[in-house]
Amino acid sequence: MYIRDTIAAVSTPPGNGGIGIIRISGDLAATVGHTVFKPVNDGGLVSHRFYFGTISDTSTGEKIDEAMSVFMRAPRTYTREDVLELHCHGGWLVVERVLALVLSCGVRLAEPGEFTRRAFLNGRIDLVQAEAVMDIIASKSEAALQLAQRQREGILSRRIENVRSCLIRSLALVEAYIDFPDDDLGETDVTSICSSVKEAQDIISDLLLTFEEGRIMRDGISVLIVGKPNAGKSSLLNRLLNENRAIVTHIPGTTRDIIEETISFEGLSIRLLDTAGIRHTDDLVEQEGISRALEKIPLADIVLAVFDTSREFSQEDQLILEALAGCRTIAVLNKTDLLERFILPDEERFVSIIKIAALSGAGIDLLKQTVCRLFLHSAGLDSRESVALSKARHRDALVSAELSLRHFSVGLRDRNLELLALDLRNALQAVGTVTGQTATDEVLDQIFSSFCIGK
Amino acid sequence: MITCDQTYDVIVVGAGHAGCEAALASSRMGCRTMLLTINLDAIALMSCNPSIGGLAKGHLVKEIDALGGEMAKNIDATGIQFRILNTKKGPAVRASRAQADKQQYRLRMKRVLEHQANLDLKQDEVTSLYLENGRLQGVDLRSGIRYLSQTVVVTTGTFMRGLIHIGLNHYPGGRAGDQPSVGLSDQLRELGFDVGRLKTGTPARLDARSIDFSQLETQFGDNPPQPFSFSTKEITMPQLPCHIAYTNQRSHDIIRSGLDRSPLYSGIIEGIGPRYCPSIEDKVVRFPDKERHQTFIEPEGIDTIEVYPSGMSTSLPIDIQIAFYRSIVGLERVEIMRPAYAIEYDYVDPIQLHTSLETKSISNLFHAGQINGTSGYEEAAGQGLIAGINAALRVKGCEPLVLGRSQAYIGVMIDDLVTLGTKEPYRMFTSRAEYRLLLREDNADLRLREIGYQLGLVSDQEFAHFSEKKNLINDELERIATTRLVNSDFQLEELARRGLHDIQKGTTLEHLLKRSDFCYSDLAELDPVSRETIPEIREQVEIQTKYRGYIDRQLEQVEQAKKLETTRIPISLDYASVKSLTTEVREKLSKSRPDTLGQASRIPGVTPAAISILSIALKSSSWKEHVQ
Repeated sequence: MYIRDTIAAVSTPPGNGGIGIIRISGDLAATVGHTVFKPVNDGGLVSHRFYFGTISDTSTGEKIDEAMSVFMRAPRTYTREDVLELHCHGGWLVVERVLALVLSCGVRLAEPGEFTRRAFLNGRIDLVQAEAVMDIIASKSEAALQLAQRQREGILSRRIENVRSCLIRSLALVEAYIDFPDDDLGETDVTSICSSVKEAQDIISDLLLTFEEGRIMRDGISVLIVGKPNAGKSSLLNRLLNENRAIVTHIPGTTRDIIEETISFEGLSIRLLDTAGIRHTDDLVEQEGISRALEKIPLADIVLAVFDTSREFSQEDQLILEALAGCRTIAVLNKTDLLERFILPDEERFVSIIKIAALSGAGIDLLKQTVCRLFLHSAGLDSRESVALSKARHRDALVSAELSLRHFSVGLRDRNLELLALDLRNALQAVGTVTGQTATDEVLDQIFSSFCIGK
Repeated sequence: MITCDQTYDVIVVGAGHAGCEAALASSRMGCRTMLLTINLDAIALMSCNPSIGGLAKGHLVKEIDALGGEMAKNIDATGIQFRILNTKKGPAVRASRAQADKQQYRLRMKRVLEHQANLDLKQDEVTSLYLENGRLQGVDLRSGIRYLSQTVVVTTGTFMRGLIHIGLNHYPGGRAGDQPSVGLSDQLRELGFDVGRLKTGTPARLDARSIDFSQLETQFGDNPPQPFSFSTKEITMPQLPCHIAYTNQRSHDIIRSGLDRSPLYSGIIEGIGPRYCPSIEDKVVRFPDKERHQTFIEPEGIDTIEVYPSGMSTSLPIDIQIAFYRSIVGLERVEIMRPAYAIEYDYVDPIQLHTSLETKSISNLFHAGQINGTSGYEEAAGQGLIAGINAALRVKGCEPLVLGRSQAYIGVMIDDLVTLGTKEPYRMFTSRAEYRLLLREDNADLRLREIGYQLGLVSDQEFAHFSEKKNLINDELERIATTRLVNSDFQLEELARRGLHDIQKGTTLEHLLKRSDFCYSDLAELDPVSRETIPEIREQVEIQTKYRGYIDRQLEQVEQAKKLETTRIPISLDYASVKSLTTEVREKLSKSRPDTLGQASRIPGVTPAAISILSIALKSSSWKEHVQ
């Protein structure tokens, strides 16, 4: 509802396009530009000029994409505010990651029609255009309302309602001890306060998981296959492809040296990214090639690390393991039909370890099931039954609520009730944005119905 | 009707806690003011509990004082027990509370009014407002005289069509012993106001001589007592304790046995009562498992034997009252001096007011206090002050004073009332303030003194004192931010003694003060200059430093919301013509007619999208062209 803050949105149509543009408008636009985008010439961004460079995750320093960027200083912009545009590769994964990165810089996701609204409010467009904008906002919010109403009948709103009532319960307890010190309420009931918060936290993390699930049902997952040559990568890929006739696309990599194949398994769309170009030698140039391919690892939802168990664990295997540090990885032990000489070090770091024999096809089904199960937590694949938190806005709200509750848990040590109340209130407010409710009166209702108060 | 040839700038109807502040404010701002009351001996009477302040209410009193109102000074001069509540909790939820000598409180306020220039005090009953062609001109009185006035502030408390209940007996009254006000609320209804009915109650007054205080817990006030007013140097009244007693199962059985003759449960009382201040029968019925209910036996004054059992209000028949008070340990032989009763009265839904407290349908008419559906002396006084100020500003042709939700509890209260209306008596709670960390008792002067001074309600001397304090705070904040530990031997020793080995040389005093294990008095041990700092500066510097992160975050939120809060919606806006709004939103906005976009955004059901649409509609200067 703020008017002067900075907003961002993907301004290209949803889905995989050739290019994806993230537009940011507001005072923070320049700061965001400096933070996430590094032009190749390493200088600043001169207004209204296009730059080539890279977008990196500020917290980890990890490179997300090569991109073009343009910063436009107010007032010569569409909204008459500072505007930054990031043009990245159109894959949904990249665009979503960049958007998430931008939002983590203190920027808010834009409301429907908000760029145009700002354009009007800042005198950029005239009244006739503005009337059209009002209708757009009305119709879009109408659509959102219908969506919300549909969801209201569904599980999402029930779960959100559960979160709210947990939070209201704990906030009411906290507020009662603050506002009625003379009312014989006994000692502050920290246990009850915390157990309600814990309940809310659990529901929120479940919901966030299903958000992930909803996204996965819609867009599928990407699986990166890595391994040294002759580990059986190609056989594995072929086996996966042969077993499934439903090949959707076959996109040869252009500059990325990656082959992308899509299969469908039990309704889940799985994109297999095969690092086919990697060939190991001791040659430094070749090693550079490997590491460049491995840069794509963070973009994958999961990595299949293929090992040849008929040979001993080698230097090359070690190299791959090091590159996979911190990634969700399944160890695929191939050629188990042969004599096993292989000992996998550090087994706990793998999400799962699957033994297969790619040539005979043994273990392939188990592998596929394991992958599916990792991403679809709830029983079965019927998305109507699971709560699909598909809207980024809802996810935003829940993430912010989760953060406030984490603050709350940290603050418990000091037992400063008014600060605990602040955290709970922020969490409630965040959750309230999903269903559009405010809480003050409900908190008071809760206090008066659970405590005998009054002098 | 005889018309008096004297014309007033402001006429205030009612001399309770709202009316007194209103009349003092407008007369101090130079307006010819008349204060009318049904009973000159009941000015600023504490009709219910003999106390001022408490959580959120103490905040209101300090704000009233910072703006130049009288309530804080009045309780400081007549208070017989002072306590700061929540001292173990954070600074934002600490609050002052005081017991008053009820008669002295009323007499001192009357004396202040009597000595106020520009102010006439008269005893009479207003039977109707006097309007000509729909324009407010003055008031008509029971005695047959008509007074003309530019503005009128109505603060009728529980008097409009007041009806007193004791058991199944009921009779008209504005308060026990006083006549009700008859006619005025009928006229308001005829003028188109939405007039509703509320209920409140008060416990019996007991004879202290018939209570065995040795059986009760004693509760003393703070020593030394801390005053409410920023201008009071010290409390000179003798201080008295309160006592704590409890009901028991037998009391509850007695209460249950009388429910068939309760006007509350037999449906005779139609008005809605406050949930936060339920009668004892309500408590027993709603919380049947609670074994006992606590009561503070509060003295009504120094020279009286009357005491007030808080939390024990009731409208049960007198025989049940006697039996149940006597079932309490220590009160076995208690004598009732004045029976408990419930009272129903007319209120005017405050959704019909601007944030200035002026009514939307009749210009120059202001409402304050219980007529707006609030309860509590402090809530009433806060509104009275604002209504008086705004009546005076109207007379002077100035813009009204509207305090924001981020500025004052008074602002939160008025915004709640006029935006959402109320169906039950409204009381202030700290949980109603979304910017609670900013709205502390300790900084009420920093928030509001300047406004009070500009209005002419704060004296030059008071303001000079405030300015000095403000400068000292800023200087000290600056000093601790730039003063670094040099780690002289005595500092090192002192730190080691406290087990603080991780503090580096060069650490600023500010940095030290931010630590949760370090407070300003610790600083004074390390740093000779800090030792000289006076307590009120220490307090501010400590709070502002320790809570800076949280305070800054709230200030940021305030800044972000500012655009909405300052965008005004013209009263003439025809919502039906803003075609993109949904029917539901249009209806809600048409009913409430908010003054600003911020207010509109707080109406339940008004979506962010609707606010966007409204802001566009407002922006177009020639928005009337939208009308089709």
